[in-house]
Amino acid sequence: MAKAKQNSSTAAPVMSNGELMKRRIWRNKELYLLVLPVIIYYLIFHYKPMYGLIIAFQDYSPRRGISGSEWVGFQHFTDFFTGIYFGRLLRNTLEISLATLIFGFPAPILLALLVNELRSKWFSRITQTITYMPHFVSMVVLCAMIREFVKEGGLVTDILSSVFGYDGKNLLSRSAYFTPIYVITNIWQGVGWGSIVYLAALTGIDMELYEAARVDGANRWKQTIHITIPSIMPTIIIMLIMRMGQIMGIGHEKIILLYNEGIYERADVISTYVYRMGIMNRQYSFSSAVGLFNSVVNFILVIGANQISKKVSETSLW
Amino acid sequence: MAKVKSSNKIKRSRGEEIFNVCNIIFLTLLMIVCLYPFWYVICASFSRSTLLISHTGALFKPVGFSVAAYKNVFENRSIWIGYGNTIFYVVVGTVVNIIMTVLGAYFLSRKNVPGQTIILMFIMFTMYFSGGMIPGFLNIQSLGLYDSRLALILPGAISTFNLIIMRTAMASIDASMEESARLDGANHFTILFKIMLPLTKATVAVLVLYYGVAHWNSWFNAMIYLEDKMKEPLQLVLRQILIINDMADMAVGEDTEMISETIKHATIIVSTVPILALYPFLQKYFVKGMMVGAVKG
Repeated sequence: MAKAKQNSSTAAPVMSNGELMKRRIWRNKELYLLVLPVIIYYLIFHYKPMYGLIIAFQDYSPRRGISGSEWVGFQHFTDFFTGIYFGRLLRNTLEISLATLIFGFPAPILLALLVNELRSKWFSRITQTITYMPHFVSMVVLCAMIREFVKEGGLVTDILSSVFGYDGKNLLSRSAYFTPIYVITNIWQGVGWGSIVYLAALTGIDMELYEAARVDGANRWKQTIHITIPSIMPTIIIMLIMRMGQIMGIGHEKIILLYNEGIYERADVISTYVYRMGIMNRQYSFSSAVGLFNSVVNFILVIGANQISKKVSETSLW
Repeated sequence: MAKVKSSNKIKRSRGEEIFNVCNIIFLTLLMIVCLYPFWYVICASFSRSTLLISHTGALFKPVGFSVAAYKNVFENRSIWIGYGNTIFYVVVGTVVNIIMTVLGAYFLSRKNVPGQTIILMFIMFTMYFSGGMIPGFLNIQSLGLYDSRLALILPGAISTFNLIIMRTAMASIDASMEESARLDGANHFTILFKIMLPLTKATVAVLVLYYGVAHWNSWFNAMIYLEDKMKEPLQLVLRQILIINDMADMAVGEDTEMISETIKHATIIVSTVPILALYPFLQKYFVKGMMVGAVKG
């Protein structure tokens, strides 16, 4: 450092910027060696599949490979947009996703606020431990449990029959119930776990704010509205931005485990359609095109949500 | 927690008292909703299948008592093969995950490294855009990893989210230790293994848990990348028993249903007990990890 300073103070710098850079790179050569496997990993398992998206514009055949397959331009995209399933897939994707967002997003915030109001440390801890539990059960087992509970003669079906006079048929055989089942079980799975982030934010609030509010005569409700919620707002916004980007990216795993052919009408979403068309029917090019459409929309949504949030609240992901 | 103490001194209004009671009642109900399904499954697994089928509504204890379902599950070889495979994927997969994540995080947390920003952007971009399921699948095939155990280990070798958590932890280590080590002639390998890893071992432990649980729960990649039944992880075996057979039952009808009814519940218990027994002890590490992640987002 001292040397560099001396150099810059003399009339003619001995080392140019380029040389300095080269020196810094050379000094860190071991470091680049360490990160090399990581870069190779990202190239092979992330960027190579992105390059593989070229097949969305081709009539790809595995025998001929990417270089030998015929180009078809946007044919697969127009096929998808004009196909009979496009409207249904888009509607289902948006419906399930928005319902999950509207009901599922506030739930953990509410839970965190309620737990925060608890006086007993012991009760608060046990509430947390128990509500985290469903998060630790694997998706396959969880979906198996859901299926058991909503089938004919299952616990939930029985309760609905005796309380609301439901006719007792398997709930997953009725397409209209798919979204409610998906959303409610999602909350059950994730509400406790999702509240951790907000609880962490809540512990960071300066207690003096509450003292001051009490001196001013604010009751607990007013304290919540004027202190607690504004304090955790940045966390809420960050979480919301991250959620926004997933609106079109509703996961396929849970739906594949829950749906059946009889309720595709309301349960089939873009990602499950890509799975069936691509993996099961081997229409690689067409399904890649559908997947690409989905990825691009997602990408735009994340950028858009981030941009809006930057303007409105000065909170952003980057 | 300071709030709890200070507010006790102040006289609580009637409204607040009512709120407290309602809050406790509500949260107790929520706990029941979270716990009861598991209790139901436990009860059902120990029930007599003939009695269970005719039973309607809630279960508070097994109807009849039978361990026949468990006998059946323990005799099912595919479950044990699945268990063995899952242990392999969890152990080997997590070791690979940790090595790769630590290497990446160490590089990204150093100061004054030319090209670091570009590499960070190169990595972060994959969080927002990906080739998707089908190009990923074709990639595995073209690499010759199809139907290989490596197909469940290599493609997810790094979770970018976890990488960022690790980088944050390493970046927060005081730079003076590293500088003095460098003056003593230590190279990057020594600094990483002798200084950084011991100082960030709490975060490494959190990531071991995150990666381990992800491997334990994973089934989709196994379903699309594997053909050989002998390589299937437990979750895929479970899917066969609990979900595919369930669909078949719907078609076949009464006869198979009689036997499979309690077996399904017993299978759920056998496959879930290890993780449910561990999680109260591991919970605090998970929570810690969530908080580190939340800080940096």
